Amino acid sequence: MEQLLYASEVLVNGLMAGVMYSLVALGFVLIFKASGVFNYAQGVLALFAALTLVGIQQGQVPFAHLINAITGSHISSFGWTVPSLLAILLTALVMVGLAILIEALVLKHLVGQEPIIMFMATIGLAYFLEGLGDIMWGADVKTLDVGLPQGISDTAEAWTAALTGYGFFIDRLDIWATVIAALLVAALVAFSQYTKQGRAMRAVADDHQAALSVGISLRFIWVMVWSIAGFVALVAGIMWGTKSGVQFSLSLIALKALPVLMLGGFTSIPGAIVGGLIIGVGEKLFEFYIGPMVGGATESWFAYVLALIFLVFRPQGLFGERIIERV
Amino acid sequence: MLYREAGDFKTSYRDDSQTFPLKLDRMGYWVTLAVAFGVIPFVITDYWANAVLVPFLIYAIAALGLNILVGFGGQVSLGTGGFMAVGAYATYKLTTTFPEISLLIHILLAGGITAAVGVFFGLPSLRIKGFYLAVATLAAQFFLVWLFNKVPWFYNYSASGQITAPERTFLGYVISGPATSAPAKYLVCLAFAVALAWVARNLTRGTAGRKWMAIRDMDIAAEIIGVNPLTAKMSAFAVSSFFIGVAGALLFSIYLGAAEASETFGINKSFLVLFMVIIGGLGSIFGSFAGAAFLVVLPVFLKNVLVGAFGWPTDLAAHVELMIVGALIVFFLIVEPHGLAQLWRLTKEKLRLWPFPH
Repeated sequence: MEQLLYASEVLVNGLMAGVMYSLVALGFVLIFKASGVFNYAQGVLALFAALTLVGIQQGQVPFAHLINAITGSHISSFGWTVPSLLAILLTALVMVGLAILIEALVLKHLVGQEPIIMFMATIGLAYFLEGLGDIMWGADVKTLDVGLPQGISDTAEAWTAALTGYGFFIDRLDIWATVIAALLVAALVAFSQYTKQGRAMRAVADDHQAALSVGISLRFIWVMVWSIAGFVALVAGIMWGTKSGVQFSLSLIALKALPVLMLGGFTSIPGAIVGGLIIGVGEKLFEFYIGPMVGGATESWFAYVLALIFLVFRPQGLFGERIIERV
Repeated sequence: MLYREAGDFKTSYRDDSQTFPLKLDRMGYWVTLAVAFGVIPFVITDYWANAVLVPFLIYAIAALGLNILVGFGGQVSLGTGGFMAVGAYATYKLTTTFPEISLLIHILLAGGITAAVGVFFGLPSLRIKGFYLAVATLAAQFFLVWLFNKVPWFYNYSASGQITAPERTFLGYVISGPATSAPAKYLVCLAFAVALAWVARNLTRGTAGRKWMAIRDMDIAAEIIGVNPLTAKMSAFAVSSFFIGVAGALLFSIYLGAAEASETFGINKSFLVLFMVIIGGLGSIFGSFAGAAFLVVLPVFLKNVLVGAFGWPTDLAAHVELMIVGALIVFFLIVEPHGLAQLWRLTKEKLRLWPFPH
């Protein structure tokens, strides 16, 4: 009984971690659906968004390190702080600007290239943004606080203690992340189903040429999709940044999102959510039961191996469209 | 006027199908080899060996291996770091268990072990393709690194968790361990690089290479005309992993002398080698060398310019380097998806016609 309760606590925490993975995976799915680009830079986008948010919030001077190195000055901050909400809005604007730049400088020139070339271009983009983020705002680990509640939830502990006689430890931030993720998904689904732009986006996803021929601007849709992905990255960046500080390892969550996508299928928003939950729960439970037998730290590879085994049996993922190949 | 086919008559099929059909190319090749083997070992300094030449040769081998898989076989792999780790740890285990056998043989054996591991992780490629496969190879990367960190048998239960290359000699010269001289390091790596490049060149223009390319261009069509996807894909994985394993073994035993799985063979290694292949040119032997040279020299160059000449702090220089590498990748993919090798090919075309424009 005790063991079962521990396991279910692990399960709940796994679900919460899964929500975080899903948040990143969501950005991937959006871009993949609309442009067929597998955007490796999504994780770095989240890092860049979080760095920018902290930078704006604390009134840092962008490129201070570089300017100091060239001119020999010692500037570091403007000396003001920006309220969280305004900083988030400003960061969202920066992400839109970034989307426009990416479209104009990279994507426009790669239209019609093979998907794998696009994928590699986004790896290059990821490196570039990582360097840019570090140069703009400095590479040190930063704490991000936008006023989200953190720490152990007393309510959840009291409730579960009353129900089962054993209080679960659940981070309040995780609960908030779940709520926000749910809202985000609902908003995205509503957007793509009920607005004009959303319909245009789905048309582009279906067939680039057909969409062009009925007068949809491909370039506008791409900028829009990358902006939305940038916004999702911002949300993911806020969550992860609040949880574990804004640092380089944030961009590695992109790699964790890959097996999530493979499980769920690259083209499915519900797939991203379900895949994230399966991976989150799976790796926590595996670490809990099997981990101690093999030396622990299995979380680093479990997700990939699970996805690999899964793919051998169902190559298109849980919710992916069936792949039909013709000569 | 020298670089011409005109007057260079081929009188046998053998002559016609040789690797360097033009006389000047052939001469250039032999001169390069003569300089590499006959001149550089006598003038090489520790700095040049450790900063430029030895890493260049080792990464060239790794890039050759990955190029066989990605450029010729069309199977994208992000597991290079993990496979290099297999080569390194296999060499370490072999040379500490059988110290009386030459290290060079152990390095080749380590390549063989890596080939077996590569085939195992390549098996899913029969079912999954493209990105899916790329992500599946990440499983190899993370699992192998974790394995070498967590199972003490692999690092002989050393307290630090590191593996250290013991001193080994060949023909009386020290080739491994801290006492190795710069020329010895350089010559061992050069010998491996030249031999493996020769193997790669001849494999890729023979039956094996044509099968790989058929699979790369369209696997279903290749299967219909009688290429067995199982043997073609598995052989691509095996040969590629062999090369990468040898590169990992050299990196550990000759170049670094000590290694720790997650530090030395992390995911960044996989990307570095992949970038070398992209910048150098997918599906080109020369490109693998060019890409490796480019990405080995670039950081050294940037460091010397930014830190040395401008006096910038090193961390800033490292970030600028990230940006430049990233921008270059994007630039190459937009302007010349076939990399440096294609630029070289175009130059040669122009040279043949020179001084006429067409």
